[in-house]
Order: sequence, then C-alpha cells, then structure tokens
Amino acid sequence: MENRHFHHALRISEELCYGCSHCMNVCPTEAIRIRNGKALLYENRCVDCGKCFMACPVKAIYIDQDDFSRLEAFKYRIALVPSIFTGQFPEAISREQVYEAILASGFTHIYEVELGTGLLLDAIKGYAQQHPGKKPLISSFCPAVIRLIQVKFPALVGNIMLLKPPLDITALYCRKQLTDQGINPAEVGVFYFTPCAAKIAAIKSPVGEDYSMITGVINMDFIYNKVKLQIMKDRNTESITTNPPLSGLAERWTLTHGEADHVEGRSLAIDEIHNVMEFLERLENEEITDVDFLELRACDESCAGGVLVTTNRFLVTERLNNEAALSATKEGQLGGIEEYYPYLRRRISIQEIKPRSMMKLDENMGEAMIKMDKARKIMQILPLTDCGACGAPNCQAFSNDIVQGQASIKQCIFVQKSRERTGELSSEESLSILKEIWGEEKF
Amino acid sequence: MNFNYSVEGGNFSKAGTASSQFKKVLKQLNVDPITIKRIVVALYEAEVNIVAHAWEGKIDIEVDMEKVYINLADKGPGIADINQAMKPGFSTASPSVREMGFGAGMGLMNIKNNVDSLHISSEVGKGTELEMTINLSSIISK
Repeated sequence: MENRHFHHALRISEELCYGCSHCMNVCPTEAIRIRNGKALLYENRCVDCGKCFMACPVKAIYIDQDDFSRLEAFKYRIALVPSIFTGQFPEAISREQVYEAILASGFTHIYEVELGTGLLLDAIKGYAQQHPGKKPLISSFCPAVIRLIQVKFPALVGNIMLLKPPLDITALYCRKQLTDQGINPAEVGVFYFTPCAAKIAAIKSPVGEDYSMITGVINMDFIYNKVKLQIMKDRNTESITTNPPLSGLAERWTLTHGEADHVEGRSLAIDEIHNVMEFLERLENEEITDVDFLELRACDESCAGGVLVTTNRFLVTERLNNEAALSATKEGQLGGIEEYYPYLRRRISIQEIKPRSMMKLDENMGEAMIKMDKARKIMQILPLTDCGACGAPNCQAFSNDIVQGQASIKQCIFVQKSRERTGELSSEESLSILKEIWGEEKF
Repeated sequence: MNFNYSVEGGNFSKAGTASSQFKKVLKQLNVDPITIKRIVVALYEAEVNIVAHAWEGKIDIEVDMEKVYINLADKGPGIADINQAMKPGFSTASPSVREMGFGAGMGLMNIKNNVDSLHISSEVGKGTELEMTINLSSIISK
C-alpha cells in the first residue's frame, strides 16, 4: 500500500492560483510549496483535510467531483444522504420537503448514510471486547484522520478499529436490498453527497478496502444549491413516503461526541485537525494511557464543519441536536436495514491499515542520517524567521527540501542578501531565483 | 549525531518537550515505528522523572547506525536505594505530583522494559545519571 498511488480530491487551478501562499501556511502536514507563482502539492503528504480549500482567497483550490450527468447512465439513481445535508436547512423546511427536492433533482431512491450506526455501535463494542490490549481504540470514521495517522503517526495505525464507517455499511445495504428486490445491479448508481474532500479521496482510493461500493460523489455545496432552488420552486409539496426519521443515535453520529458518548469506558471526542495532532503526539509518547476509545475528527464541529457544508456549522449542529432530541425512533425501527444486520455484520471488517510515513528523509537510515546532518547545518545558516519567501512554509521544511534535492539554499532571501553583498551572487541571479518561486509577473 | 536538551525541574507544562522533539528526529531517520515507540516511551519517563524529582537536568543523545544512546543527568535529591526504586509501585512522589498523573511508581520499570541496556548511578543530595541504549541494527535486520 505504501507505494500505491493515492487519490487526492483537492486540486489546484493553475489558472486561478496566483501564489499568495495562504494555503502553504495553513497546511497542517506542510504539503504545499510555491513554485513558478503557483501552489504545488506534495501528494504523499496531503491528507485531504481541506484547510487549504478554506484558506484560498480566490477559490483556486477546488474539490474534484463526479459530473452530475453521470446519473443519466443509471436507471436506478441512489442518493446516499448524510444527516448533515438536511441539517443545513432551516427547521421550517421539513425533512420530507428536502427529500422530495432531492428526488426531483434526478434521484430515484434515498438512503440515509447513518442507517447503519446502530449496527456499527454494536460492532464497536464487540471489537473493544475482542481487542482488550489495544488501547485506546481509534474510530475509523474520519478518513482525513486515518490518513493523518498513516503519514504522521505511523506507530498508531494499529489502534485504528478495522470496521467500516457508516457510509460503507449503508452503501452495502442499499445495493443488497435493491438486488434482492430483483433490480439488476448494473443499473444501480450509488451517489454520495459529501461534506468534505477526504471522503472523496477515501472512496476513490479506499484504505483498508479493495474497492468502493459507491459509484460517484457529489459535492454537498453543489447539491445544496440544486435542492434549495427546487424547494423554492415547489412551494406546494406533495407528501412523499419516507423511512421513519433517524434515531437520535444516527442523527448525531457525525457530530462531535456522536460516537464517543455511546462507547463504554473512558471515551474522548476530539475535533479539528490541530487538536487531533496535539493529542496524537501525546498519545504516541504514552503520556496518555487508559483511554479506551477515541473519536477523532479533522473538522471543527466534525462533519457539520465540513468544507463543503454551506450553512454555518453551529446551526447545522443545532438542528441535528434538536431533531435527535425529538426523535421517537428507536434502534431497530429504521425501516428495513435490521433484516440485513446478519449480512452486514459478516462484512463489517476492513483490512489492516498500513503506515506510510512522510516524515523520513530517506528510506535508508544511513542516508537519512547524512541528510539530517546536512539539514541541521543548513538550519544554522537560515534566519529562522519562517517568512516563507523561499516558497516553503518554514525554515525547517525548507532545509529538509534542500537535502532532498527539492530546493536550493539560494532561495532563502536572507542568504541571497548576504551573498549579494559579498559578490557571490549577482542581483540579476537573485531576481531570477525569486521569479522561479513567485512567478515572472510579480516583478 | 548528537542532540542535547535541557530539562527544567518542577515545570510539568514542559514535561515531554525533549521526547517530542527527539521523536521527530527518529521519524525523519526512518527508524521503524515500534523502535521509535520504545525509545520515546523510555525517554519520556526519564524526562518526567527529572521534572518531578530534580531541580534541573540535561539530556544528551547520540545516534549512530547501530544504536541510540541516551544520557540523562540531573541535579537533584538523588536515589538512596536504586534497587528499591526499580520495584514496580515504589514511589516517592508527593500527593500533588500524583494528582497530576505522575509518580505512579512504574517509571524506572517502564524504562527498563523498553531499552536494551540501562545503567543508573546516583548520589544522594547531588543527582542521578541514567544511561540507556536502544539497539537499532537488530530491528532493521528483522
């Protein structure tokens, strides 16, 4: 797996990017550099968290989605809708109205992503009992967190629970149910409304799974607009029959504490990627012991804070919390999935997740030592101002780039000034170096 | 290659700083995760021991292809009976230190279990010196 190509849903538009370096400065895994006046992504470091997407002032970073016209290829077009999607609308707009508008937008069936959470919760409890030595168990829910652990905290990959997240369980369920109804599987297209880039990446190159059950991914901001316009158009709503509302458990699963509050023992919920990193750092040192379960989410307010969620994350959380509190639906009354529990239970495991550390300076330890020695010497020359003028986010990252042959010391503006004074570097040379980093047009 | 860190006695908010910094080094050197964990756990325990018991200390680490050698020397009260201190559960930590989650009396045992060799020397009223070595080569050949 370490050598396999990893799909990234985050893309940089050459046309729109003007190399402002905002993204470079917010990237938690230091995966972005500036070259030729454009942002450049080091793909093996990117975990698809979406911080760059949020930081970009000109929307030059975009999230690759499947073309909506792909729906046309299928007779049966399934929308996998997360509770977050409905949570974006004001409470005056009912769930039925939202679903009706989804159907009117071109889908034939709707399945809520969180239908399988009751089954999953039981599986989590069972998993904890079967692996008493593995503490803490880390939820497999957030794909950005899984990738973060793989690249930055490889010693902790063994703590990730090898269970399918709700999305994959529901995808499996809907395909099986439709097949059982006599529908030809080739005529079924399953489309997921995603709140973030990481889910897309996880679907396009699944970690711990050989292939994905999901046909395509629709960005949530795109479908939100479509559905919102549809609702505004169709003021007189006919009532449609839907499954019963989700249970409180299912409704809140993707929010912060959605998992942790239901798992026995000492369970913690941590959201936002920097918070997660700080905690994992301490966990790796074994500074923190005797925690049983960790719910870790890359976004602030978990999926309600997903980068493709249109409505303010606190409002989404409020609606879902209110609905969860009012829901009279109990687990086991979710409208059909219960019959499939045995089938799904047999398929709930995922394969081992392998580390793919991005930190190493070289595969070979001897070489890595030589490079580190060089990098430490370079650090003594650098100003340690982390100004970013070299096109790297900080002096340490820059010196590591140099020893790995991806940058030259002459890119440091402080080094340039010193060398210009001693005559080692002409001002023309120095200017052309800066042009290579920041682009011709800026000078 | 040498790495040096200083440790401030009694400042728990900084306990673990040296361990975290050195962990980054080990990851960059592509040391395997299991060995990193052993080294960092031992180093962290020893670092916290200095914070919890001593007045000040310094950590000197030497890394080469075969091993990681860590020397932790502190100025502090010293250990009167090293054999007793090695026993699980033995602790001299004050209740306030224990409340912070430190001082369960497992520290030296935990260090010993994670390293390939450990040597402790101490002088009461002056300080303690820990020397530990973790082999790298044996792990690589696996």
